[in-house]
Amino acid sequence: MVSVEAILSDRHARHADEKQGQEETVLISARDFNFYYGSFHALKNINCDIYKSRITAFIGPSGCGKSTFLRCFNRMFELYPDQRAEGDLLFEGRNINGKDIDATTLRARVGMVFQKPTPFPMSIYENVAWGVSLHEKLRKGELDERVEWALKRAALWDEVKNILGQSGMSLSGGQQQRLCIARGIAVKPSVLLLDEPTSALDPISTAKIEELLNELKRDFTIVIVTHNMQQAARISDYTAYMYLGELIEFGQTDSIFIKPKNKATEDYITGRFG
Amino acid sequence: MTIVHRRKWINRLALLMSLVAMSFGIFCLAWILFDVLRLGIDGISLSLFTKMTPAPGDDGGLLNAIVGSFILCGLATLIGTPIGVLAGIYLAEYGQRGWLGGVTRFINDILLSAPSIVLGLFVYAVLVAKTGGFSGYAGVVALTLIVVPVVVRTTENMLLLVPNGMREAAFALGAPKYHVILSVTMRTARAGVLTGILLAVARIAGETAPLLFTALSNQFWSLDLGQPMANLPVTIFKFAMSPFSDWQKLAWAGVLLITLGVLLINIIARVAFKEERR
Repeated sequence: MVSVEAILSDRHARHADEKQGQEETVLISARDFNFYYGSFHALKNINCDIYKSRITAFIGPSGCGKSTFLRCFNRMFELYPDQRAEGDLLFEGRNINGKDIDATTLRARVGMVFQKPTPFPMSIYENVAWGVSLHEKLRKGELDERVEWALKRAALWDEVKNILGQSGMSLSGGQQQRLCIARGIAVKPSVLLLDEPTSALDPISTAKIEELLNELKRDFTIVIVTHNMQQAARISDYTAYMYLGELIEFGQTDSIFIKPKNKATEDYITGRFG
Repeated sequence: MTIVHRRKWINRLALLMSLVAMSFGIFCLAWILFDVLRLGIDGISLSLFTKMTPAPGDDGGLLNAIVGSFILCGLATLIGTPIGVLAGIYLAEYGQRGWLGGVTRFINDILLSAPSIVLGLFVYAVLVAKTGGFSGYAGVVALTLIVVPVVVRTTENMLLLVPNGMREAAFALGAPKYHVILSVTMRTARAGVLTGILLAVARIAGETAPLLFTALSNQFWSLDLGQPMANLPVTIFKFAMSPFSDWQKLAWAGVLLITLGVLLINIIARVAFKEERR
């Protein structure tokens, strides 16, 4: 097993040109955020900031609330009547849960990719174009360009450029997941939420998607939930450790993994627990 | 005897019983099909499709009954399908909780298992007796009452089979609910819903009881839905019960036509479903 230090230094070597620290812009911030499934208190007083053009990873044992938190960023929880959020979740300074924010408009700005690839029962082309045509009226040529752009950014274009008319379901699992990423970015959101996007994929597909996320963070702010701590260490700039609905520690990935302030975080990332 | 041995024998015994049950079913089905074919094939001729139902002793066919059946079943499907599909969408996508969905589902289940003769008598009481006559319209209403619950049930079941992740993915792209249902959920469930509709058609193609009290039958050519209308099931019923051998021959030919028609619809439904599954 590769040590965390080795992973981090490898990442540093690759991103030597990147600046970190002072010049970060806050895109989303949670202030005393609480969430309930019926009477169950799933998220407790969460305070944290998501920075623009950075990858933020949420780690923690199953059931700690990291996916729940992610699903608040695009108000996915609204689909289920007994779930509710309290407190502030600010996106560009405005409360996401405010009455003046329309969920469909919000979701056009905050895209999401799920754990299991979910291609729609239509062609590869239509899969990518579907979301775009919900929000923009593009001419055929422009739509073609957008689909090509999205598939290229998702590193899938070369594999599918000759079979755009084929069903999206005919692709392999890893390709399907990249198709879902292409579908998400085709809408040109500011934020891309990823809920354990590689947990159903093999290591090669996983590596491809991790590489891709690194590419995408220039244009998109990425929030990723992962069970794989090495993945968090490899790709994220910021890491949040959650446990039993609380945000235990949040900070730059280096400091979380090398010198965590909290004993519980240290126990989790060193594998003594969880 | 060891436990492994015993399990092997239990396995063989269960397999044997299953095989016996299966062969019994297949045997009965083959026997029915064979007899229908043997007795019906005699009556199949060109005049079956070109001539009207005859008086006893005359030469004739089943043209008016075939066309009548097409009209009655076609209209019932045309009216029943949108009602059934829309109600099924409501139950699956909107009415999963709350009392309205529960009540609707319960009533639909009762309607689904109601004997068709009850539906026929119901239409007779509220329509035929009130308007003063048997009519094609009454027949269409009775058949529609059979189509709707079948389509509601299959549409709901097929929509519920669509993984929730598919809906969430569509919502996550910022789609409004009606759009998610129309272009993702319904599209995923399309083959299943279509199969349900075809099975409903197959079901009403052979229904006799509801037509006996509503559309009745007609010895002559008539496309007027306000009048009694000829149809295959009631004609078969009438001719098969008659003492005239040429009428009985036509009845068997009609039975063969319906059987082949239903078989064809089932095959189409299966092929359509298979295509979609690939």
